Amino acid sequence: MKLRTSLMAAAALSLIVVACSNSATQAPATSQPASPSEAASTAPSTAPAESPSQAAKKFRVALIMPSATTDLAFSQSMYQALVAEQQKAGGEGNFEIKFTENMFNVPDAQAAIRDYASQGFDLVIAHGSQYGAGVEEIAKDFPAVSFAWGTDVNTFGLPNVYAYTAAAQEGGYVNGVMAALVTKSKKIGVTGPVEVGDAKTYIDGFTQGVAATDSSIKVSKTWTGSFSDVAAMTEAAKAHITAGADVLTGSSQSVVGSIGAAKDAGNVVWFGTQSDQVSLAPTLVVASQVYDWTVVLDDMIAKIQSGTLGGDTYTLQLKNGGLKIAYNSGYNLSADAKAAGDKAIADITSGAVTVSP
Amino acid sequence: MNESVLATVVAILAAAIRLATPYLYASIGEMFAQRSGVLNLGVDGIMLVGAFAAFYGTLMTGSLWVGVVVAVLAGLAMGMLMSVISVTLKAEQGISGIGLSLFGLGLSSLLFKTLVGTVKTVDGFRPIRVPVLSDVPYLGDIFFSQSLPVYVAFLLVPVSWYVLERTPWGLRVRAVGQNPAAADTLGVNVDLTRYLCVCLGAMLAGLAGASLSIALVNLFQENLTAGAGYIAVALVYFGGWRPVGILLGALLFSTVTAIQLRMQVLGIQIPSDFAVMLPYVLTIVALTFSANRARQPAALNQPFERGGA
Repeated sequence: MKLRTSLMAAAALSLIVVACSNSATQAPATSQPASPSEAASTAPSTAPAESPSQAAKKFRVALIMPSATTDLAFSQSMYQALVAEQQKAGGEGNFEIKFTENMFNVPDAQAAIRDYASQGFDLVIAHGSQYGAGVEEIAKDFPAVSFAWGTDVNTFGLPNVYAYTAAAQEGGYVNGVMAALVTKSKKIGVTGPVEVGDAKTYIDGFTQGVAATDSSIKVSKTWTGSFSDVAAMTEAAKAHITAGADVLTGSSQSVVGSIGAAKDAGNVVWFGTQSDQVSLAPTLVVASQVYDWTVVLDDMIAKIQSGTLGGDTYTLQLKNGGLKIAYNSGYNLSADAKAAGDKAIADITSGAVTVSP
Repeated sequence: MNESVLATVVAILAAAIRLATPYLYASIGEMFAQRSGVLNLGVDGIMLVGAFAAFYGTLMTGSLWVGVVVAVLAGLAMGMLMSVISVTLKAEQGISGIGLSLFGLGLSSLLFKTLVGTVKTVDGFRPIRVPVLSDVPYLGDIFFSQSLPVYVAFLLVPVSWYVLERTPWGLRVRAVGQNPAAADTLGVNVDLTRYLCVCLGAMLAGLAGASLSIALVNLFQENLTAGAGYIAVALVYFGGWRPVGILLGALLFSTVTAIQLRMQVLGIQIPSDFAVMLPYVLTIVALTFSANRARQPAALNQPFERGGA
């Protein structure tokens, strides 16, 4: 008897807290921390004088993502783009964002996707390549709701599914070109999670950029096997540093560990991807490839509002502005390297250089 | 060529010593709990809470020692919770431990999100070069150029052995884990002894978390331990409930992990998925062949009820 009560108490306790933190659904924007939207919200001059028809119909978006909105990587990039869209639309009154974080567990994510769809959201974004099967199944049940998922290119032939992806190899190439000019030891270390998706394409592009600039440089790669194991990333980065690497890069939300290791070493610099990672090591990040999903969202939302709920595939590229290289003003990048980076961007944009994914 | 091979071996072993640290704290703590008869599967959750507490304490005050103290107190609170559930309320230990793990995961994530918000780094414990000893070729770089929490973890091995095998209190702990009814008739307070052991274990698990967040990686992220607490529990079985056995197990696991990460850096052609799998496969194999059930505390996982069967 006693046993059962205490067990239930323990189980209930843990479930409550897990639920609170892991799948808490939050409405942002009201308590938005100072960082990303501050600049935009201080200039609200575009907000007023909205046409009445638009104000009447609020656009509602739900976002399901594998990690947190503050991961300085994949999830944050999409969340920030949505916040930017919200500001463009004139704030919460016209554009509602609901999100669910930390949906590493795919069945939980599917439940969340279905839940949002049944609540009548205009657009449900399943932000993770692992959510594809769920989107395919659920989208058939809710033909009036538009779904978007990525990174992938498959819309399953459904009229209410968009797919989106990032040509991460392009920014990887640009980072690689600059890295080749920054390294003095001619050794570069790469720390990645698993050899799939945009982690792989980014790193492949990076390797090509280095090789095209200076073929004598050795690029060695470590895969930790996990998107979340920060300690393994730290140790992988330390392994590269002790082997003589003075430039590091890598992908996934666990690279914060690699950046920390670079910071501890002091004389090692970092090239970032997915989000601007300057905040973690203000003087060591040379440049980051930044995903700007607003390019995708602008078009997608316009189409949904005019009645087209899906069928298209989007790719973030340097050319369409979806990929940007954010140089860190706190790092003193040589004029040569900066010029080479800018040239690589121009070459990829013009098509003079193609980077194979 | 020989010189560079040697340098690589030194780097691998130094990394192995570093990586063994959180496992040593957590496993030695868990050993005390299990020797008193309580299987605490909540280690991972306690480590997470300890890791967050240490990180947050350090972030707020700038003092690593405040971080350490807060981590120990957080571990103690989690240990009290586990003790009440498993000793006083006599809940099934395995299940309540899993509950505690999930609770710790959720609590640390929730606190991180509300109090910190985004990933930040702190200045953690720096390596201290031990005078004289650190100048010994090779050995100095492997053993005597580590941070303070690493040294303390290795000191825990002889200390915990002494406490458990050579002190009256250690004898009582072993008696309670072997035959609580007999210990009870001899006047040993079974519940109190188990409370102390679970809480001591939890405080060490808190330190294990701290050794991650303010010594090894110097930041906190949700689920920072990535399951390290469960490895720590396995190492207690692997080590036959003895400090030296745990030390060997922790070093075996950390060395293979370090080799695995270096192998990829050295460009040895092996699929990364296989390399990542290696430490776990080896641990399971070693566990299969070394498991000595005879050493297992006889009353492990059995709630004690006076006069009960």
